[in-house]
Amino acid sequence: MTDTPNGKDNDTLVRIRDLHFSRGARKIFDGVDLDIPRGGITAIMGPSGTGKTTLLRLIGGQLDPDRGSVQVDGLEVQKLSSKDLYELRKRMGMLFQSGALLTDLTVYDNVAFPLREHTDLPESMIRDLVLMKLQAVGLRGARDLMPSELSGGMARRIALARAIALDPMMIMYDEPFTGQDPISMGALVQLIRLINDALGLTSIIVSHDVKETAAISDYIYVISNGKVVGHGTPAALDSTDSDWVRQFMHGLPDGPVPFHYPAPDYAEDLLNQAP
Amino acid sequence: MLELIRQLGRTGISQFEKLGRANLFMLKTLAGFPGMLRRPGLLVAQLWSVGVLSLLIIVVSGLFVGMVLGLQGYNTLVDFGAEESLGVAVALSIVRELGPVVTALLFAGRAGSALAAEIGLMKATEQLSGMEMMAVNPIHRVIAPRFLAGFISMPLLAAIFSAVGVYGGYFVGVGLLGVDDGAYWSQMQAKVDLYDDILNGVIKSLVFGWVVTWIAVFEGYDTIPTSEGVSRATTRTVVYSAFAVLGLDFVLTALMFGE
Repeated sequence: MTDTPNGKDNDTLVRIRDLHFSRGARKIFDGVDLDIPRGGITAIMGPSGTGKTTLLRLIGGQLDPDRGSVQVDGLEVQKLSSKDLYELRKRMGMLFQSGALLTDLTVYDNVAFPLREHTDLPESMIRDLVLMKLQAVGLRGARDLMPSELSGGMARRIALARAIALDPMMIMYDEPFTGQDPISMGALVQLIRLINDALGLTSIIVSHDVKETAAISDYIYVISNGKVVGHGTPAALDSTDSDWVRQFMHGLPDGPVPFHYPAPDYAEDLLNQAP
Repeated sequence: MLELIRQLGRTGISQFEKLGRANLFMLKTLAGFPGMLRRPGLLVAQLWSVGVLSLLIIVVSGLFVGMVLGLQGYNTLVDFGAEESLGVAVALSIVRELGPVVTALLFAGRAGSALAAEIGLMKATEQLSGMEMMAVNPIHRVIAPRFLAGFISMPLLAAIFSAVGVYGGYFVGVGLLGVDDGAYWSQMQAKVDLYDDILNGVIKSLVFGWVVTWIAVFEGYDTIPTSEGVSRATTRTVVYSAFAVLGLDFVLTALMFGE
């Protein structure tokens, strides 16, 4: 990674340094450093509740950290004026876990939404663009459906089509594989890789589905208890010597993360009469 | 005891904090108005769902409130042989008080709760967040047109309520109870003042429209994004609106008719 004179690192799209963030008394991030390289798929993994979604919101400027910095494409996200932040967001796509489709619009209008909001393109051109994006996710035939008529996997693919409508430089995926059946899971896994490479994007996947995520990522960060506990290529993490990362990557039931939630002694607890 | 005082302090602080948030929210909403001029379609769609769809309940309620007033007014006035003044009694009570107040209460129940629930659900399903990440400001795109639609609809609905109410009184008083047709209208015409009565009623309905819609869109936007949160926001919209309308009505009445 080379630093250019203006402080903009050409290989790194997102650079996070010494990130601290807490919700109430709970510390979510306690000094996180991350570099997301351009052009690849970077996965951020960790158990539920480690603030993976929060991290995406920090990158997107929807939350402000207590301390530390988040840079996207050389811009300090938290220091941007709201106008500049909205300009930056036009170059970011985000896929929410639920899809976050607008429920009062059809599939077609959902994909057309960012185009209509941000461009003055004539309707005929919007139509072409929408159909191209829908074709890319294989759902051109579903354009007249309402979001309530879509399965979970279809909704996510439509949301993906909407996220690439403005041809962004990066896409953030929030738990894209959760609750998918094997077929739509396979379709999504393939789509994410395909779209990343075809459009020359940078993708960030936040997930705890180890197998699927590792299959398509170029680099993985594992987060736990507010810190990065391991990072490397999928192959490197697979043969890691960190107990914690091994437990997570292989889904072992017991290890550094105990199977039992902290509790008083079992025998004593059973004999104790008080409720 | 100490815990009680502490609890009181916490509640007080959080209420003031909420009030502050609501005011900032209002300013951001107002900042979204210029953008709407370029997109009148958004406002029209909301005028339809907030205003036009509330018409039925307003018209029916107005009719019955007017009819009841006609009946009650007649029974009281006839003892003094003053049943000819029924038109004035009905018109003044409706135009000054019942029109704006009852319309605002119904409006909070019909349109306010719907607004709060819709916006709250949009938040719970991450649609508002999603818009933000698509670089579309949800306050400008979603809140501002709904707020303006409510503010425009409320006085119009109150005017319709009042007009229908006066006719309700007419049907009962003149149609059923035999009050003189000409007296009903001419006394009303002589005694109801455009500025003192009608204009003040319109001012009331403007204030109520502002406050009720503000409460509704803010409660929706400030929802805790769970199903329980949405249900609480809806309830709070109706309860706070009722308090605000009745309280403000007293203040406004004291200011307008107090001397």
